[in-house]
Amino acid sequence: MASFEVDIVATDGKVWSGTARQVSAPAADGEIGILAGHVPVLTVLKPGEVRVFPEGGGEPQRFDVPGGFLSFDENVMTLVLDSSATDHSWSTADARRS
Amino acid sequence: MAGQQRVYKQRIKSTQALKKMFRAQELIAASRIGKARDRVSMAAPYSRAITRAVSAVATHAHVSHPFLAERTDTTRVAVLLLASDRGMAGAYSASVIRETERLIEQLEGDGKQVVLYVSGRRAQAYYQFRGRTVEQAWTGHTDAPGTDVAGEISQTLLARFTADGDEGGIAEVHVVYTEFVNMVTQRPRVIRMLPIEIVEGVAPADEAESLPLYEFEPDAATVLDQLLPRYFRARVFACLLQAAASELAARQRAMHTATENAEDLIRTYTRLANQARQGEITQEISEIVSGADALAS
Repeated sequence: MASFEVDIVATDGKVWSGTARQVSAPAADGEIGILAGHVPVLTVLKPGEVRVFPEGGGEPQRFDVPGGFLSFDENVMTLVLDSSATDHSWSTADARRS
Repeated sequence: MAGQQRVYKQRIKSTQALKKMFRAQELIAASRIGKARDRVSMAAPYSRAITRAVSAVATHAHVSHPFLAERTDTTRVAVLLLASDRGMAGAYSASVIRETERLIEQLEGDGKQVVLYVSGRRAQAYYQFRGRTVEQAWTGHTDAPGTDVAGEISQTLLARFTADGDEGGIAEVHVVYTEFVNMVTQRPRVIRMLPIEIVEGVAPADEAESLPLYEFEPDAATVLDQLLPRYFRARVFACLLQAAASELAARQRAMHTATENAEDLIRTYTRLANQARQGEITQEISEIVSGADALAS
C-alpha cells in the first residue's frame, strides 16, 4: 500500500510525525480524504477531527484540531494547527505508545 | 584609624551580599537560556510550514491581498519595540531602544508619523519617563513569551493595518528586536513586517510544475486570507522568542561580569582593610614603646 509522510505541527512545536496510508481532515468545504499521490492541495481546516490511518492498517490516530491548514505536496503532508503543542501532549503520548 | 577599618569591613560585607545576588541571577539566566533556545527551535517547523504554504499560494496563484499591498493613504507607521521586563541584562534594553530611536528619527525624516508599540516594562518605563506616548504596551512575559501574547500583538497590529486611514490606520509595521546570534553575540535588528514581503523559500515558478495543478480549497484567495494572519503571527512569535533568548543570554553575561567585578572589589577592600589593621597595630606599638621610653628616662 502506498504511503506518505505526515507532519503535524502546532505553533510552538511538532505534535506528531510519521507515515500514513490515508488522512481524513475537516476541510473548509467538507471532509477531505487524501491518499498517496493526491494532487498538491492547500486547504483551510475547520475545527474538527483529523484521522491518520497508519501505514500497516488498523485503528486510525485521532487528533482534535481547532482549525488550521493542510498542505499536501509531493507526498508530504503538513498539517498546521492553530493550537500550541502542549494542548496535544496526550496525542504525542498516544503516538509513542503505539 | 579604627573607623577606617570598620568602613572597609562594611563595604566588603555589602559587596558580598551583592555578589550573591549577581551569582543567583547568573545561574537563573543560565538555566533558562537552554529552554529559551529550545523554544526558538521548536517554533521553527510551524513557521517553516506556514512560509512554504504562503509561497505556494504566491507562486501558484496570482492573487492580491491587502496585507501584501503598499498603502499610500496614510503616513502613519507603527514601530513595535521588543525590550525586556527587568534590568540586570547589561545593555540589552538600552541598545534595542537606541536602535528604535534611530529608526523613529529616520522614519520621521521621511515625513512619516510614528505610532509606538512596546513590549517589556523597561521600554515602557523609558518612554513614560520621557513623556512620550506609547500606543500600547505588553509586559510581563519577555523572558518566556507564549503564543497568546504573539496572537494579541499581531491581532492589534493587523487591526490597525486594515483600518481606514482616517480611523487611525497605519501603512507599515516595523519591528525592532534583538537577534540571538550565539551566546556572546546578540544584535538589535529592524525588520519591516507589514506589508508582508515573502522573503524565504519563494521557489521560482517552474514551468514543469504547471500552475493549475495545485488545488486550493475553498479557493486561493480565501486560503491566502487565512494564511497571512497566521504567517504574521508566526513571525511576531519568532521575534519574541529570539528576543527572549537574547535577553537571557545578555543577562547571564552581564551578571557574570558583575560577579567578577564584585570579587575584584572584595579583594581590593580586603587588602585595604588589612593595610589599615597593620597601620593601626604599628601605631599602637610605637605608642607603647615611646610611652615606655618616656617612663624609663
